[in-house]
Amino acid sequence: MLRLSHISKTFNPDTVNAKQALDDLSLEVKDGDFITIIGANGAGKSTLFNAIAGSFFTDSGSILLDGKDITLTPEHDRARVIGRLFQDPMRGSAPGMTIEENLSLAAGHGGWLSRISKEDKKLFRERLALLGMGLEDRMQQPVGLLSGGQRQALTLMMATINPPKLLLLDEHTAALDPATAEKVLALTRDIVREGKLTCLMITHNMQSALDLGNRTLMMDGGNVIYDAAGREREKLQVSDLLVLFKEASGKALNNDRMLLS
Amino acid sequence: MSLASILGLAQTALELGLISSLTVLALFLSYSMLNVCDLSTDGCFTLGAAVGAVVAISGHPYLAIPAAMGAGILSGFITALLQTKMGVDSLLAGIIVNTGLYSVNIAVMGNASLLNMNKTETVFTKMKQLLQGSFLGNQYKIAVAALAVILVAVFLALFLRTKLGLAIRATGNNPDMVRSSSINPVFTTIIGLCIANSFTALSGCLLAQSQKSVNIDIGSGMVTIALASLLIGNAFTGKGKVPVRILGAVLGAFVFRLVYTIALRFNMPAFMLKLVSSVIVVIAISGPYLKKQMPMLRRRFSHHTGRRNE
Repeated sequence: MLRLSHISKTFNPDTVNAKQALDDLSLEVKDGDFITIIGANGAGKSTLFNAIAGSFFTDSGSILLDGKDITLTPEHDRARVIGRLFQDPMRGSAPGMTIEENLSLAAGHGGWLSRISKEDKKLFRERLALLGMGLEDRMQQPVGLLSGGQRQALTLMMATINPPKLLLLDEHTAALDPATAEKVLALTRDIVREGKLTCLMITHNMQSALDLGNRTLMMDGGNVIYDAAGREREKLQVSDLLVLFKEASGKALNNDRMLLS
Repeated sequence: MSLASILGLAQTALELGLISSLTVLALFLSYSMLNVCDLSTDGCFTLGAAVGAVVAISGHPYLAIPAAMGAGILSGFITALLQTKMGVDSLLAGIIVNTGLYSVNIAVMGNASLLNMNKTETVFTKMKQLLQGSFLGNQYKIAVAALAVILVAVFLALFLRTKLGLAIRATGNNPDMVRSSSINPVFTTIIGLCIANSFTALSGCLLAQSQKSVNIDIGSGMVTIALASLLIGNAFTGKGKVPVRILGAVLGAFVFRLVYTIALRFNMPAFMLKLVSSVIVVIAISGPYLKKQMPMLRRRFSHHTGRRNE
């Protein structure tokens, strides 16, 4: 489905601030996989997502999605098949435009000069109703009026309204209060399951890293240092992950947020 | 002041307000929607005036309009290309194009900095002939300007509801979101600036033809004057729906000209126009900012003078 072969990325090369964010990373993702990714700050998790989504081009290596080489495809072209959510709920939608207008851009139906059709409005209503937040009755309101949780749920809807081949979730519930985070996570699970989407999710919550999905990766130093699936993963506990992290990376976990959650 | 002279003032304000409101609508698209402050506006305004005048003088009064707009599109395209594809900062791109246009404009006018259209047939003289004898006989200038403004405003209102229009609005609002909607913000920026500059050039073309002459300085300060009008319009409408804001922009242009015309009447010298427009822009942009800072300033003051709120 997705195949990363030996991708590397160094920021600020040839300067004192040079930072190798991805170090010869290879990864094979199967169709329908739901992979959770954990790792300390600076491990390269978000950089990996940026590389897959095309926010920058990698220095070397190749990226294949569904057999197609997308290594040098620009970000907006990849967005046709890759949906993405960020930690910041404000990043995924345009605050000055209405819910309906945001959804319409995400859906991208019709030609450049077409207006939002009646069928689209009906579709948006139905989809928004699934969120259970009453947004279907506020379609003419600007998105800037929504709460963080509502905006993230809307972004999730926007990213999946045309089912993407691959969904990238970059700690998309981390900035929400616990109850809202729980709700958005449940929505994510439903949408991924119903759409049979292939999904990669970065999380700082070790428990949800193990509860969700079918495979867990641990990253450090710009590479995958631990990869668990199937039986091995079923037996894993949060405490095991902490030990594994220490063993694999040879240093103590330096991230309070990860330890506390 | 007699009723006739008041009406006269209102008529002048309406005429100039309508013509300059086309530039205000251009800035509404580039500044308010696309979030690009297009500093090539002055040069583009003159470009439209020069191209329109040259084409009209050569005997094509109707062709002058699309020719001026075409020149505006070209100028907008270059400004957009510089800032999206060639790594030039967006403000700098406007300034560079503006400077370059000065030479281009003189070249267009045939190595002259002044063109006279006293005996030239233009859309205004055509309209004058058409309306002769009717009750609108003396209002031919307003008729032409109003027609242009209505066409442009309706086009803009409809255009901003299309997928392309929404994409342009989103580009100014959140370019990340545009990219994740599989739309290239470079494309939307280019289209937006091309359309905006075609309006600016149309505005310049009509002003030159209504006053029957082009001067190389006809566009100088236009960007600030139009911005002032736009911000006055914003004060009326707030962040409402797009069609209302478009109407507000046109109204802002009229109000600006009205206030200015009245000030002239009370012996304000004509050369004050640009200072007044600068001050209005500063007030409109800094006002809300300073208002937000007020509580903090007050607290700082009372803190230092020892009158602390316990």
